[in-house]
Amino acid sequence: MDLFDKFSPIIDAHANLPADAEDPFNVSMDKILSPTEAIIKGRHTILAGTNNYLGLTFDERPLKAAHAALDAGGTGTTGSRVLNGTYAGHKALEQDLADFYGQQHAIVFSTGYQANLGVISTLAGPKNFILIDSDCHASIYDGCRLGGATIIRFRHNDAADLDKRLRRLGEQGSNILIVVEGIYSMLGDIAPLREIAAVKRKYGAYLMVDEAHSLGVMGKTGRGVAQEQGVEADVDFIVGTFSKSVGTIGGFCVSSHPKFEVLRLVMRPYMFTASLPPSVVASARASLAIITASNLREKLWANARALHQGMERLGFSLGASCSPVVAIKIAAIDDAVRFWSELLRAGVYVNLAVPPATPGRDSLLRCSLCAAHSPEQIEKILGVFQSVGRRLDLISETPRDDADAKTAVSRSTPDAAAATG
Amino acid sequence: MTDPDAQSIFRQVCDLVEPFNRNKVPLTEETTFSADLELDSLAVMDFVAAVEDHFDITVPLNLLPDLETIGQVASAVEKIIKGDNSGSV
Repeated sequence: MDLFDKFSPIIDAHANLPADAEDPFNVSMDKILSPTEAIIKGRHTILAGTNNYLGLTFDERPLKAAHAALDAGGTGTTGSRVLNGTYAGHKALEQDLADFYGQQHAIVFSTGYQANLGVISTLAGPKNFILIDSDCHASIYDGCRLGGATIIRFRHNDAADLDKRLRRLGEQGSNILIVVEGIYSMLGDIAPLREIAAVKRKYGAYLMVDEAHSLGVMGKTGRGVAQEQGVEADVDFIVGTFSKSVGTIGGFCVSSHPKFEVLRLVMRPYMFTASLPPSVVASARASLAIITASNLREKLWANARALHQGMERLGFSLGASCSPVVAIKIAAIDDAVRFWSELLRAGVYVNLAVPPATPGRDSLLRCSLCAAHSPEQIEKILGVFQSVGRRLDLISETPRDDADAKTAVSRSTPDAAAATG
Repeated sequence: MTDPDAQSIFRQVCDLVEPFNRNKVPLTEETTFSADLELDSLAVMDFVAAVEDHFDITVPLNLLPDLETIGQVASAVEKIIKGDNSGSV
């Protein structure tokens, strides 16, 4: 017996990946050149799987702010937020976030994972119920488990299913927390928050929305899907991260609940870890200011539409209607690993996701767009997908719109259905 | 729909397993989801959702670690139906 025996299936599966393929779980960037380019294994590579939606990682404003904070505040805080790890910058960032969302309170965490872990596990304890969307991120599932609440899963993006499950709880269903995301990370599909908010009101539950992939990406001022769909008044807690559109690392939760601040004294993932270094705090503040007032969202969405439509034309099966996450579904894991590997060798990096980390049975070649992608880079990505897809016999030699113009009509149907939830 | 008879519940649970039984293995109380049916954790959760809807009950995710076989699911369903139907752990 060995403590590691239980990992045998994973060790075997990893060893049995196609021998001619690169290892998808061991990619190292030799040198990062820009938000959209890196050197990987000596090759100049376009990055199309970074979640760096607005391309702010090399913007001179957060860079400059981070440099100044590094010199002024040192390399790290060496302490917890509740002891010596709260600097003026952390408080200022929290005020910035509260102002950005128009909420009373904001708490900053060291990662987005810890934000979900801390808030969910503390809000919903052993006598409470949590209803989560089935496609929620691992950090949400882990937060549910850590708190010891009764966890009920409802069908993805299905408000009627949520309603049914709340009805089954009957009388005992008080103090219920519903947790959903804005944009779901794997398929890039968007939550029907209006319908979910209506169910929330009907049962008097609390609603938390994780806007990790939608902050800076959706909504008039970039607050996310709740803003886009006009339901912010119904959302009790918004969780988010700085590690995507904000371009650094860290997590947060904002709320206008009058007792929200007490969470600082009870959330273990907030208390028992070191706070963000001053340079990270400074770059997050600078990026947040850019997100508030910029046209980067339009560039991002133009790129998303170009890639999404291009992939559809090539005949790939996509995970959702258009969003800055474009997920290409591949039925067989080995095909997906070979495809991913060939893309990398041709100078295009995307994310490979395989079951059970993906919804449904498919593997995914998950692309995420960046506002900084140029039209030439989008063309290159599409060109490489086309040549690899045809070589592996996963798409036909004829683009879809040439093959059958009528499919354009039938194709619009699932998109329209997805858009209305 | 909510017949609390154990044998009937087991048969209904077996019917609900069938769509997930890709290898068409014979179903007994001891049939396991991971080894025999080769279902990953997501597929087991989807199966449990079908069970919840069929019996109109709540099966919290908290119970999942204890539901390794079809027989265990059937007895959990029976307990929930006969109990307070609350789904509390």
